[in-house]
Amino acid sequence: MYKQFDEILTRINDGKLWDFPGGVSPQGKKELSNTTDIDRLPLPKELYVTVKQHIGVEGHVEVEEGQQVLKGQLLTKSMNPFAVPVHAPTSGKIKSISPHVSAHPSGLPKLTITIEPDGLDKWTEMTPLSNYTELPKIKTVEAICSAGISGMGGAGFPTHIKASPKKDVEFLIINGVECEPYISSDDRLMREHAWQIRQGIDVLSHLLTPKKVIIAIEDNKPEAIKAMQVTCQEQDNYIVSPIPTKYPAGGEKQLIQVLTSREVPKQGLPVDVGVIMQNVGTCFAIADAVYTGKPLVERVVTLTGEALNAPRNVWALIGTPIEHLLKQADYQEKRQRNSKVIMGGPMMGFAVASEQVPVIKTTNCILVPADKELPEIGDEQPCIRCGACADACPASLLPQQLFWHSKAKELDKAQDYNLFDCIECGACAFVCPSEIPLVHYYRIAKSEIHNQELEKDQADKARERFEARKLRLVREQQEREEKHRKAAEARKQAMSSDKGDAKDKIAAALARAKAKKAAASDEAADASPEVTGKQDKVAAAVARAKAKREAAKQSTDSEATTDTAEQPVDKKDKVAAAVARAKAKREAAKQITDAEATTDTGEQPQDKKDKVAAAVARAKAKREAAKQSTAHQADATTNDMQQTDTDTSVQAEPTQPMSKQDKIAQAIAKAKAKRDAAKAQQQEQDEK
Amino acid sequence: MTIFWALVALSVLALIFGLILGYAAIRFKVESDPLVEQIDEILPQTQCGQCGYPGCRPYADAIANGDDINKCPPGGDATIKKLADLMGVEAKPLDAAHGEEDVKKVAFIREDECIGCTKCIQACPVDAILGAAKQMHTVLSEECTGCDLCVEPCPVDCIDMVPVADTPASWRWQLDNIPIKQV
Amino acid sequence: MNFTRSSSPHHHIRRKTSEVMRMVIYAAVPGLMLQTWFFGWGAIVHLLLAVTTAVATEALFLELRKKDFEKAIKDFSAILTALLLAISIPPFAPWWISVLGTFFAIAIVKQLYGGLGFNLFNPAMAAYVMLLISFPVQMTNWTPPLELAQYSHGFVDAVYIIFTGFSAEGYSLAQLKTDIDGFTLATPLDSVKTELTMGKTLTESLQSSVFSDGLSIGWFWINCAYLLGGLVLIRTRVINWHIPGGMILGMLALSLIMYGVDSDVYSSPLFHLFNGGFMLGAFFIATDPVSASTTNRGRLIFGAGIGAWVYIIRTWGGYPDAIAFAVLVMNMAVPLIDYYTRPRTYGHYSEHKKSMKVAKSDKQP
Repeated sequence: MYKQFDEILTRINDGKLWDFPGGVSPQGKKELSNTTDIDRLPLPKELYVTVKQHIGVEGHVEVEEGQQVLKGQLLTKSMNPFAVPVHAPTSGKIKSISPHVSAHPSGLPKLTITIEPDGLDKWTEMTPLSNYTELPKIKTVEAICSAGISGMGGAGFPTHIKASPKKDVEFLIINGVECEPYISSDDRLMREHAWQIRQGIDVLSHLLTPKKVIIAIEDNKPEAIKAMQVTCQEQDNYIVSPIPTKYPAGGEKQLIQVLTSREVPKQGLPVDVGVIMQNVGTCFAIADAVYTGKPLVERVVTLTGEALNAPRNVWALIGTPIEHLLKQADYQEKRQRNSKVIMGGPMMGFAVASEQVPVIKTTNCILVPADKELPEIGDEQPCIRCGACADACPASLLPQQLFWHSKAKELDKAQDYNLFDCIECGACAFVCPSEIPLVHYYRIAKSEIHNQELEKDQADKARERFEARKLRLVREQQEREEKHRKAAEARKQAMSSDKGDAKDKIAAALARAKAKKAAASDEAADASPEVTGKQDKVAAAVARAKAKREAAKQSTDSEATTDTAEQPVDKKDKVAAAVARAKAKREAAKQITDAEATTDTGEQPQDKKDKVAAAVARAKAKREAAKQSTAHQADATTNDMQQTDTDTSVQAEPTQPMSKQDKIAQAIAKAKAKRDAAKAQQQEQDEK
Repeated sequence: MTIFWALVALSVLALIFGLILGYAAIRFKVESDPLVEQIDEILPQTQCGQCGYPGCRPYADAIANGDDINKCPPGGDATIKKLADLMGVEAKPLDAAHGEEDVKKVAFIREDECIGCTKCIQACPVDAILGAAKQMHTVLSEECTGCDLCVEPCPVDCIDMVPVADTPASWRWQLDNIPIKQV
Repeated sequence: MNFTRSSSPHHHIRRKTSEVMRMVIYAAVPGLMLQTWFFGWGAIVHLLLAVTTAVATEALFLELRKKDFEKAIKDFSAILTALLLAISIPPFAPWWISVLGTFFAIAIVKQLYGGLGFNLFNPAMAAYVMLLISFPVQMTNWTPPLELAQYSHGFVDAVYIIFTGFSAEGYSLAQLKTDIDGFTLATPLDSVKTELTMGKTLTESLQSSVFSDGLSIGWFWINCAYLLGGLVLIRTRVINWHIPGGMILGMLALSLIMYGVDSDVYSSPLFHLFNGGFMLGAFFIATDPVSASTTNRGRLIFGAGIGAWVYIIRTWGGYPDAIAFAVLVMNMAVPLIDYYTRPRTYGHYSEHKKSMKVAKSDKQP
């Protein structure tokens, strides 16, 4: 099964290639766009450079809004090996750094750097590596990475990673297959810039030292084949291999199968079978980066489709909005009933969400089909199990079974049928007589599985952290108990050694506590504006807010009591809290009848600090009002205190009828008792 | 006499089959996680306590001991279905007494309002809030399970539960304008 | 401006289910014409009856199931089922045979299982078996080819016989079955089977008047026509070669072996392949995608199984022909076949690792 190098080489030299199963032959339609030279476009008004345009990690943005940048200037940077930087596609001003509609099927916004061109198109300083063969290879790899090159064929895998594999490379395959209908950007690039592509291949070949370099081009592009043959003739190690036209021959796995009969093992990489594959566009960009030091700031994009009056290939700056390209290609809106623009080809491309979607490094085609050209898919009919999809599948999957299981959300079964080996080439849906959007079902299933796995990972992490926290709490509890025990022992010893002194000390402590308590109740009771202690105010605000909530759900609140039990609370604060709680109860009750006015009129803010506290309290009160239904308990207990004004609070007027004092005291006592009960409960629990 | 031989034959057969079965039971024994582990695997591990138990593991214990499987709002119907499959019972709708299924959320602290009380840190079941006393706190949104437990203790009410936004990576291909209509 | 969004592929081949069904129907026309030529207008009359019933039944059930019946009928699948049943039953069977059969096929076998795409069994064949078991007399009343028959009959006769049991001139079906010499003629398969059981050799039994040069009169050419139609279907990629190929191979293998064992008792492969409904079965009936296997290897096995079953039942069973039984038996085996014939997915090697190791050890020296 696993063919050896020599055997493969003989067959490639003889032009007797292998085949991959399945595949389809849609109409090529390349002649729409491949007859004219690659065109240059005027600068668009704005450029939207998406920060992450490849598979991997995004870099950190290195520029600021309003900053002036030069063409080719680094915009992002990262030390992560899977990060690829982006560069300013032209000189101009950074207008904004914010999310912008992305070149992704979802169209969901991604972080994007918007640049307003200044029209000068002035390059930054460039550092070519023309003597790269004499430098260590790592320098060249670095140059490729810092030029921001990622696979330009479709997936956008960072090129520098593929250029420094950890295994031996037998074949370096240059993919100029371009099997998707309509697209002709690689075709034109090979015809017009074969020489530079060869330079790029030279660089790669220097880095990878493959035994053989194969340039694979579909046989429907004779001019490109000719051009590449001419430029590669002096390199013995290079061979241009025309391959039969069949979709999806340009898929990485399929092309490897056609050329070498080897199959990339599941979850493996091409290098596992001794192959590295690069797109011709990538080679062109590599040559740019190494020989001239130019980063990847533009690429060839095919503008095609019968709804365009001037279809052709153009050099588009990365970040060019679709709108600009459509205008340049003379988009005829009336030829489409529903405006629809496809980024990529008709088989694997996606319909973009808006005309503000920018060109990114993987954008090879903008397809704007007329209505009759690519008619909308009809209604889904029942599957008649004809098996046409299985015959078309290049991965030898059973699309039908995948479809049943994906549709029924039997995700594990879909995975049994190797859902993740589907390359989403669309051949199955292309041939389906029942017009079932098969690939769409697979995508949904795949994303669901991905999300489930993600959730599972998160759940595992959460469980781990939860368990760790539990252990920590137990440990802390033990430590605390140990400390208490030791302290008690020490006290005992001290007491036994000097009884009188200890007694005095206790008495002193008690007195101190009492004094503090008195002061606190004072403060709380006629809390006057003079109270300026920041600490106390915050504490009071805290207590008040908490109390309010407690009032709302007196009986069930265990969390707060736990807190108080755990932290020995300052006596003073406790009292303040109790008082405030009582007040809060009243407020809550009041809210039922009279929502905002009461609290507003009740306060006379003294300073800024108080204002904040008041605002917080007000917010709480509002929430309380919303929770009215649960507040009825509080209502019942505080009815008799309705008359007591807001006077006990920090921000209230310091007048108060004496007759109410008792009631307040009563409330304090009540609150205390409650807390004691909660404490007792807590102790009980602890004992358990 | 015939009866005797019949009985002997039957007994011998029974013995042989018994031995075979006994051997098979040992030889082909299926090692599986204890039930509680399996249930705990299914639960979403938000540790939110909405089920009435202090965490997912205790609820898993409770389910194993016969409690209802429909008390987990964060897990929602999907979790109930999986639990039903595992326990071999009918899936029932979520018990509304414990809350309703909601989109996934994470806690977010409005940092300029935070007074640094550490109450939310103590409340967080998965240690996903970072901060120290009198210092501003912040939520590690990657670790946050969206359990809601930090919202209540916050004295200044500066914690919001923010729905997790869809990103291109988590997007589930909801192209609403592809009406897939079954004929 | 926002654009319409849709999921790729945006490109589709324009061959819909209805088109596939229609092409199968067209491909069956030559066979149908020859059948009419040899056996009279009965088949056409039954076809009309069956199609009417099929469409009516389908519409009724789709309406009951609250589906868009107009669209669903346009897929031609019910008409194809009706066609297959109509050309399988004897041309002068009474009218209610095809009506009942078609109703059963559409209502019970197809719609009650969930409609197009969900039926486990081939509707036409399930209905045929139901009819054969319930009404064995009517279902075996094949008249001899017209050139052998004593009484000729036209379209009007056909209608009369089917609806009243007597031709326009008053001949009964039994009379129509007699040949020029006044003997009642059986079908070739029937006649050989009967004569063989009577102890005659094969060569002797082929002397019967329904054969000329060892080939069945009429049946041979009808089979040829269906073969031709089938080849067109394969050529236009409406069906795969696997099922008919497997079926012919299965039949060929068994019949060759048995013919080699004793050519006096066992008929030749040629006899089996071009007799009864074999070619019709191979290219039109067994290839019904809904109830057949879906993998290519599975299809070969499915076809070979049918071929073998047809031979077995024809040779040792109680029925002269056995396409319907064989198809139903293999329909039942489809899930099993599908399960065990999953193709190897790209990159899922079993030997892969081994050969990788070999490759590496080769490199070592």
